[in-house]
Amino acid sequence: MSGKTLYDKLWDAHVVDTDGNGTSLLYIDRHLVHEVTSPQAFEGLRLAGRKPWRVDANLAVPDHNVPTTDRSRGVSDPISRAQLEALDRNCREFGIREFAMNDVRQGIVHIIGPEQGATLPGMTVVCGDSHTPTNGALGALAFGIGTSEVEHVLATQCLVLKKSKNMRVYVDGHVAPGITAKDIVLAIIGEIGTAGGTGYTIEFAGEAIRNLSMEGRMTVCNMAIEAGARSGIIAVDERTIDYVRGRPMAPGGELWDGAVEAWRDLHSDPDAAFDREVHIDAGAIAPQVTWGTSPGMVLPVDAAVPDPQQESDPVRASGMRRALEYMDLAPGTPLMDIRIDKVFIGSCTNARIEDLRAAAQQVRGRRVADSVRLAMVVPGSGLVKKQAEDEGLDRVFLEAGFEWREPGCSMCLAMNADRLEPGERCASTSNRNFEGRQGQGGRTHLVSPAMAAAAAVHGHFVDIRQTAGAA
Amino acid sequence: MEPFIRHKGLLAPIDRPNVDTDAIIPKQYLKSIKRTGFGPNLFDDWRYLDPGGLDIDNATRRRNPDFVLNQPRYQGASILLARENFGCGSSREHAVWALHDAGFRAVIAPSYADIFYSNCFKNGLLPVTLDATEVDRLFREVEATPGYELEVDLEARTVTTPDGAVLRFDIDDFRRETLLKGLDDIGLTLEKQDRIRAYEQRRRREAPWLFADTARGAG
Repeated sequence: MSGKTLYDKLWDAHVVDTDGNGTSLLYIDRHLVHEVTSPQAFEGLRLAGRKPWRVDANLAVPDHNVPTTDRSRGVSDPISRAQLEALDRNCREFGIREFAMNDVRQGIVHIIGPEQGATLPGMTVVCGDSHTPTNGALGALAFGIGTSEVEHVLATQCLVLKKSKNMRVYVDGHVAPGITAKDIVLAIIGEIGTAGGTGYTIEFAGEAIRNLSMEGRMTVCNMAIEAGARSGIIAVDERTIDYVRGRPMAPGGELWDGAVEAWRDLHSDPDAAFDREVHIDAGAIAPQVTWGTSPGMVLPVDAAVPDPQQESDPVRASGMRRALEYMDLAPGTPLMDIRIDKVFIGSCTNARIEDLRAAAQQVRGRRVADSVRLAMVVPGSGLVKKQAEDEGLDRVFLEAGFEWREPGCSMCLAMNADRLEPGERCASTSNRNFEGRQGQGGRTHLVSPAMAAAAAVHGHFVDIRQTAGAA
Repeated sequence: MEPFIRHKGLLAPIDRPNVDTDAIIPKQYLKSIKRTGFGPNLFDDWRYLDPGGLDIDNATRRRNPDFVLNQPRYQGASILLARENFGCGSSREHAVWALHDAGFRAVIAPSYADIFYSNCFKNGLLPVTLDATEVDRLFREVEATPGYELEVDLEARTVTTPDGAVLRFDIDDFRRETLLKGLDDIGLTLEKQDRIRAYEQRRRREAPWLFADTARGAG
C-alpha cells in the first residue's frame, strides 16, 4: 500500500460523505467572496429562504470593480457601483465579514486570504474565482468555483465533488539570477500546455519551488488554472509556518502549537503514487514572454515569434495563425523587438511586496520610455501599498514616471476604468493574455514584474539577465 | 433546475481550440447582478463589430457577418460544436448562463476546462465529450450540410447524426442523474445535514484552528 499525496491527505480530511463512485461531499473551511460572482448566489439564498450555514467561515472583499484612482468621491461608473453596493448590502444582510473598499485591508481577494491568515495550511479554501489556487501555496486545498457552487457553500459549507487525479511538477535545481516564480510557472505552462493539468490537482515540488519565498510560491500556485488544473498546492515547510505566524486571523497560544504539529504532516509521503509526474530543469529557465493569446503561447525572451508553418498539428497551427493575427506579430520577429504601449504591474499573480520590490529595482533612477503611454503599479492590497510606501517604493515608481494606484484587480481584466484601447500592446504581470482580456482589441504579453518594469524603461522587451539591475 | 433528458436541434460549429470564458462572455457583462439576459452578448467580441456594454443597446451595434453564429444557416442552433479545452480560464458561470440564454442546450467537444464543465451541470446545459476524431467528423459534416441536426440523448448517452450514426459518450453517473431529474444540489446536500454537523463536531475537537472566525482580529 503506497503512501498518500498531499492532495490525498487534504481531500480525505474533508470528506463528509461519499457515494462509493468517487463523488464526495467535501467540507469547506474557508469561503472567500468578491462582488462579481456572488450576487446571484446571495439572491438564490434569499429566494429559497436559506441562511449561510456558518457565517464565520466567510470573508468578503470588493476587488474586481473598484477604481484604482482616488476613491474619496466613490465609484463613478453606476453599473460597477451597483455591483459593489450589492456586496455591501448582502454582507450586511447575511452577517458576513467584509473589508470594504476604503478599509486599509481591502485588496485582491487572493492576496487578502494569506495576508490576513484567513487561509491556513490544511484548510479547504474556495472562492468564485479561478485564481483561488493562490492560497494553495500555504498547503491548503484551494480552488475556484462557479456561482451555483458559491451558493452551495454558503448554504451547506460543503461542495459535491469528484476527486481529481494527482500530478506532481518537480522543478529541479536552481534558477539563474533574475529568474522569478513567474518565469517558473510560465515555463511549466509552456511545457505541459494550458490543458495539461485538466482533471488534476498539481503539487509543485522540487528544489527550485522549496527555495521560493511564500510570495513566489503563491505566484506559482496562482497560475495552476492556466495549466488547466483547478488546484495547485505546495507542501508545508518552516517557511510556510513562519509566514502564517502572527497573522491577524491565525491561531495563537496553545492552538498555534497544535496547529503547527498537524501542519508538519502536510506533505506527500515518500512512497506516494502520482498519476503523472513532470520534471522541469530550473537552470534552463530563461525570462519568459508570452507571444500569443493563451498563456501556453510562451517563449524565452531571447527567442523569436514562432512560425505556424512549422507546426504539424493543423488545429494548433490555425490557433497560432489566429493568435498572431490578433497580436499583430509576424513569425520570426525577435521578442525583444516588440515595442509596448502600456505596462501593468499588478494582479493576484504579481502584486505582493516582493513583486513591487523586484520591479522597483529595475526602474530606480531611470525613466519610463517616452513611447510608453502609461505605466502603472497597482498594489495587491492596502497593506501591500502601505508597506511599499514605508519602503519608499512609491517614490521610485513615481519619479520614474509610473502611476501609483489604489489596490484592486484593475487592468488584469479591465472591469474598472483601467484598460487597453483597441490595438494597444501591454507588458503585464497578470495571468491571462486572452483576446480582449485587458480591454477589447488589447494585446497582452505576460511577464514577471522585473521584466515588465524593464520593458517600461526600454519601451520594448529586454533580457534582464543582460541589463544592469538584474537581481 | 431544468432537466435534460434528450434534445434534438441544429448544430453550430466554433472551430477553434481553447475558447476561454472571457471570449464566451466578456468582463463588462459580469457587472450584471442577474442570472439572465446574457444571451445577446454570447461571444460578444466576435459577434459584433462595435464595442458593447450593459449600458449599450445591442440593436445599435453592427454585427460581424463573418462570425459563424451570425450566419443565417445557424440561426436557431441549440447545440454547439467546439474544439478541445472549451471554457478554459475564468470560473465565471456567466459563460454557461450566456450559452443557455442564447438557446443552447448542449455542447459537444473533445475536452472541457474543469470549472466550466462543472458549471454546465448546475444549469441544465449538457457538455458532451466525444473523441477528437468524432468531433472532426462532425465539423466536416456540419460545414458541408446546411440544416445539420443532432439528437443528444442523455439517458442513452448517445449522439445521433442525421444519417443515423450513433456516437456514444461517457458521463459521470451522479452528474447524469442530477441532470436527468433536474435535481436541486443544495436540497440534496441539506438532506445530509446531520452528517455535516457530526463532521463539524469531530473536526472542532481535532483541529479547532480550522474554525477561526473571520470576525477575529477585525477591529
